[in-house]
Amino acid sequence: MSDINDIITSEIADNDVVLFMKGTPTFPQCGFSSQVVQILSYLGVSFKGVNVLDSDELREGIKTFSNWPTIPQLYVKGEFLGGCDIIREMFEEDELRVFFIENGIETINN
Amino acid sequence: MPMTASDIVDMIKEAIPDAQVDITDLRGDGDHYSAVVTSQSFKGKNRVQQHRMVYDALQGDMGSGLHALALQTALPSAPSEDNS
Repeated sequence: MSDINDIITSEIADNDVVLFMKGTPTFPQCGFSSQVVQILSYLGVSFKGVNVLDSDELREGIKTFSNWPTIPQLYVKGEFLGGCDIIREMFEEDELRVFFIENGIETINN
Repeated sequence: MPMTASDIVDMIKEAIPDAQVDITDLRGDGDHYSAVVTSQSFKGKNRVQQHRMVYDALQGDMGSGLHALALQTALPSAPSEDNS
């Protein structure tokens, strides 16, 4: 399992915003992943999508790594920010945009 | 195997005794729920920590036996001593 943890660690170290998701940003394969993609796109935030359906090891590994049972999972600057429910709630309360700005992540409507 | 709404409420309350759980079976299929969990024990915790407490209460059923639980956590409203 250490290999998969190394892969996850380097993804979140190398990219400011990483979304572990089912499918790709262009073709999400799950409604929850799709919602987070839409929110990030709406805010104009660049992110790296990592498709957990590419490997069972990754799909299970990310759950253990984050101690979080569901996918999608959003990491910002190396920190786990939340899954679909939390991201949606933060978006609806305009906390998400503020969070990105405070963390120096570029958005469309700064 | 699908879980009933009352199974979910019981599991959450067992782990978080003061929890108030408002649960909705979104599709009537026993597999897609939304829940609002309100508890004083969420105080001082961020959303990730609050959601983890609920997931922990479900003891691994989240994501396996239970396909989808749209979750929202909240603190009880403070008693309104003033009207501001």
